[in-house]
Amino acid sequence: MRTRFQQEMEELREKLLRMGGLAELAVDRACQAYSERDLTRCRLVLENESLINVAEREIDERAFDILATQQPAAVDLRFILAVTKINSDLERVGDQAVNIAERVMDMIELPAADLPVDIPRMATAVGAMVRRALESFVDGKAELAQAVLEMDHVVDRMRDEAFIMLVRTMNERPQVTQQALDALLVARNLERVADHATNIAEDVIFWVLGADVRHHALAAAQPPDRPERQEQ
Amino acid sequence: MGVGITVEHVNAFYGKTQALFDINLVFQANHATALIGPSGCGKSTFIRCLNRMHETIPDARVEGTVRIGDLSVYNGTSATQLRRRVGMVFQKANPFPTMSIYDNVASGLKLNGFRNRKQLDEVVERSLNSAALWDEVKDHLHKKSGASLSGGQQQRLCIARALAVQPEVLLMDEPCSALDPISTGKIEDLIFQLKEQYTIVIVTHNMQQAARVAEFTGFFLLGKMIEFDKTEKVFRKPSDKRTEDYVTGRFG
Repeated sequence: MRTRFQQEMEELREKLLRMGGLAELAVDRACQAYSERDLTRCRLVLENESLINVAEREIDERAFDILATQQPAAVDLRFILAVTKINSDLERVGDQAVNIAERVMDMIELPAADLPVDIPRMATAVGAMVRRALESFVDGKAELAQAVLEMDHVVDRMRDEAFIMLVRTMNERPQVTQQALDALLVARNLERVADHATNIAEDVIFWVLGADVRHHALAAAQPPDRPERQEQ
Repeated sequence: MGVGITVEHVNAFYGKTQALFDINLVFQANHATALIGPSGCGKSTFIRCLNRMHETIPDARVEGTVRIGDLSVYNGTSATQLRRRVGMVFQKANPFPTMSIYDNVASGLKLNGFRNRKQLDEVVERSLNSAALWDEVKDHLHKKSGASLSGGQQQRLCIARALAVQPEVLLMDEPCSALDPISTGKIEDLIFQLKEQYTIVIVTHNMQQAARVAEFTGFFLLGKMIEFDKTEKVFRKPSDKRTEDYVTGRFG
């Protein structure tokens, strides 16, 4: 047993989980800020972005070190490749949270408008996707990751509906065009967060099953030929 | 050109102890195949079964069928006839210490009664070239002994000696385990080139080496062939958990 190697892998996993927590918190805060028109939460999201960026660099460096010094193979190699890609997706999730917070800050300066779009409902769905994607990573559960992939279609539909309704609002009530545009951009940011959660789920499937399911290549995913790994 | 090797139901014994259990394998011609596994797993025993080197050990015996091309290894073929077609390189370079570089390479041919000097010169040059050693030794072929070369050069000299008799198969038993990274790199490059002309079977403890040089990899454990597949499959997603545990360093 390569004890030091296993310790390094465990530390890498813990670092990524901490970063996942930061990214998830950033999205939650940004969505709450939208619902409550809360400037303080917006500022918190902006301030904490640097923590996510620092974590991204640390994880990349650690993964690079392990690749250079330990020559991992098989499930360990897939794990490190997955970690580096999930790391990048989580950093983008943080960026999207910042984009949402900036839109909310813009909206707060405008009069409140009653818009025909349920952003909190979309935020709940997207938050669940991020959470489940991270859970699938924690537990090494491909079926949980698979469920995340299926949720992506639901969020895409919500985004499409939001676009239709908000464009109609802009035509019918030009005085709230700016607010509708901000809401439209928030819907797009949330949909992108869902895309990143989908990417994370795909990477978990790659790690656990060795199957590449990107770009709807779901048929390539083979059922596990042995119980899924619980360690890591 | 290399030829394929077919191994069927091979069992090997040292006295009453069984070292290999029902090994079945097909080595493809002109490919390199790596055999990996922890110490004592039977991979060196197995490679020795391919050219009957086990016969040098008292009480060792082999059951089963091995065919190298159209040659049946265990059915009436003499060891000399077999080893003309199957060259072998060992863990520790073993040039004949009192012979010159030239004589080391020419020894196999001379042993077979080959005396034509001009043709011997050609074979020696061709073999040393194939072993990527010619440029380093061409100016003192007769002056220096094989033992005066560096470890990496000695190993390449042994490869040249094996190639001189124009075998179809080259067996390598941990050929780089005593070499530095530069010499190891040269031997690995060589293996890559040689497989165009020869079928290569290499036993190695260095899994990255297996991944670098071999198209196919077999994993041995406790005398059994656990998994045999394309090398990238073995190192990316092996089918058997025991293989995965070994290549990820969880045991062995």
